[in-house]
Amino acid sequence: MHSFQSMLNYFPEEVLEHVFDFLTSHRDRNAVSLVCKSWYAVERFSREKVFVGNCYAISPERLIARFPRFRSLTLKGKPHFADFNLVPNDWGGYVQPWIESIVRGGVNLEELRLKRMLVSDESLELLATFFPNFKSLVLVSCEGFTTDGLAAIASNCRFLRELDLQENEVEDRRGQWLSCFPDSCTSLVSLNFTCLKGEVNLASLERLVARCRNLRSLRVNNAVPLDALQRILAQAPQLVDLGTGSFVHDPDTESYNKLETSMQKCTSITSLSGFLDVSARCLPAVYPICGQLTSLNLSYAPGIYSDELVKLICYCNRLERLLVLDTIGDKGLGVVASSCKELQELRVFLSDVYGIGNTAVTEEGLVAISAGCPKLNSILYFCQQMTNEALIMVAKNCPNFIRFRLCTLNPTVPDAITMQPLDEGFGAIVKSCKDLKRLSISGLLTDQVFLYIGRYAKQLEMLSIAFAGDSDKGMLCVLNGCKKLKKLEIRDCPFGNVALLADMGKYETMRSLWMSSCEVTFGACKTLARKMPRLNVEIINENDQIEASFDDKQKVEKMYLYRTLVGPRKDAPGFVWTL
Amino acid sequence: MAYENDMNLKATELRLGLPGTIDESQIKEPSFLKSNNKRSSGDMDNSANEDECSPVPKAQVVGWPPVRSYRKNVLQQQKKNFDSDVLGMYVKVSMDGAPYLRKIDIKVYKNYPDLLVALENMFKFSIGVYSEREGYNGSEYAPTYEDKDGDWMLVGDVPWDMFVNSCKRLRIMKGSEVKGLGCL
Repeated sequence: MHSFQSMLNYFPEEVLEHVFDFLTSHRDRNAVSLVCKSWYAVERFSREKVFVGNCYAISPERLIARFPRFRSLTLKGKPHFADFNLVPNDWGGYVQPWIESIVRGGVNLEELRLKRMLVSDESLELLATFFPNFKSLVLVSCEGFTTDGLAAIASNCRFLRELDLQENEVEDRRGQWLSCFPDSCTSLVSLNFTCLKGEVNLASLERLVARCRNLRSLRVNNAVPLDALQRILAQAPQLVDLGTGSFVHDPDTESYNKLETSMQKCTSITSLSGFLDVSARCLPAVYPICGQLTSLNLSYAPGIYSDELVKLICYCNRLERLLVLDTIGDKGLGVVASSCKELQELRVFLSDVYGIGNTAVTEEGLVAISAGCPKLNSILYFCQQMTNEALIMVAKNCPNFIRFRLCTLNPTVPDAITMQPLDEGFGAIVKSCKDLKRLSISGLLTDQVFLYIGRYAKQLEMLSIAFAGDSDKGMLCVLNGCKKLKKLEIRDCPFGNVALLADMGKYETMRSLWMSSCEVTFGACKTLARKMPRLNVEIINENDQIEASFDDKQKVEKMYLYRTLVGPRKDAPGFVWTL
Repeated sequence: MAYENDMNLKATELRLGLPGTIDESQIKEPSFLKSNNKRSSGDMDNSANEDECSPVPKAQVVGWPPVRSYRKNVLQQQKKNFDSDVLGMYVKVSMDGAPYLRKIDIKVYKNYPDLLVALENMFKFSIGVYSEREGYNGSEYAPTYEDKDGDWMLVGDVPWDMFVNSCKRLRIMKGSEVKGLGCL
């Protein structure tokens, strides 16, 4: 017995490390490192990929100290509501200090993934200069850099495998950054430059594609015309993921016919996107590959109306992920429901982005989808109106939702038939979908919906609320009931100090809390900041009012608080005050 | 009804919408505004109480509907392109001294040099060299255009895209009037 016990205690580190290799999720690794000191030690030296959900929660120095051998870093900066113009551009989220520290720390960085961060050309140049093994750069919703920075990456990263730019604001210096990939570069597996506005040298692009035999994913921008796309496809029939450039051409030409032929040979393409500039007459070129698609994004093609969308989608029987505009209409969604039985994720965006007009989708489309697509687990749905009855039916048809985001054009619209609040409908969703991790609610909503959320949404990690609720009780239900809550973002709700201060310790179990245009006062925020030193409580005040004039009873326009191990940040601009 | 007492701060309201749009429809009042909470900044009209059943009021509030700026920019840009691609951007071109006017589609041209060469060919004349300081030097002609405000502007000062979107008609000025422009 005694020797068995000691055998268990002695586990060679190499064995532990080997076992931990199988743990890829950072959550699993975090859990493992809590077991005991020796496991903590083995884990920290073997961790290669680090995920930092809030770049201000920890400092790069401490990160490097704990994980000296990491090679891949994911960093997120601005709060989610920054996407909707609620956070000023220069609020923060600079990657430069991180890169400088990582350079100083002698880390062998190979992969960097950033979301909502400010990235400068200088940052990109540092990456390109100091990390000879750099392989993968993924930038999502970032800004602050130009094509000059991309040129530095292209020129110097000899083993670059992935350059993935998603929805960034990039200043185009028209300097032929793509031509900077040297002839010796053959390692690219993934290249996405859809968000760039300028032209690239087409001949360089074609040569690059031709020599990168491992290229699996290519998403070009609008400046790449259809005939160039054809030549590219001819060189790269092995592509798995394609983002088209300009998809406009006279269909009665040889170029177009060649495209059809090349497209047919691309039997590996399972993901299709792009179409930022598309003529409906060219869409038939894509029909031959529809049957193999698992992911289709037509959400940037407002000129394609329901009839043409439907003609395309009815061939996509294997589709698992679909992103479209509301131009598809309820009828079009009905066709999706009958054609795409494997559908797991659906996003229906607004074609009229200011929400001035009407949308062509209502609760009927949503119900049709839920009835026809039993595997549906993730939805983002912008619509004109909703009813409790519809939501209840959806909840019954699809108990597997992990993400459920509904957005009504009018943020406080009641049930379109009964004129009641939509509490019961959302209540049905949270009750039925026991694995729900992310929820966005909208429409006329009272405290009742929060009672339901607190009672049933036990796996909920992220909740977005706008123009909802009657009193502090609503927010309290959520804070008390949702044990796994990580991110809570609230705007224009009557939640105030009582809710904010009821359980201050809760915020240390969460990544962040955003509250804007609520009833929270300056005094309460100060109290919270004073009692919880491991939280940064930031007040964002764009009106440049002098801090001294803040009265304790004054309501705070925007508050963003987050847990942190490193205290108030030193790069906060003048209009951000950390209490 | 509460609206006799409301603070109509609509004029100072922060809006996301096209300039000049008047929100005439009643905004559905969120329940929390029913109690008399004073807010430090302008807020939604309190007069919506009566219109409980209004189905489509469009409250133009910052950040609502929640659409990413990137997406907004892309779709707005496409709308602009689409509108002008479909309709063409034909503008009248007059030349001082010419017996009749011409019409050209300015969307066809990619930049100022293209446009100017086309004009030169059409009217058989030559335009001087453009400089920001002196306008068109070296010729007795200067291309001008009428913009959306009705003002006559020298061609070439603003970025091309801006010019295309604001040009209503073109006029090629000649002679003494040109000198006037050159002396600005």
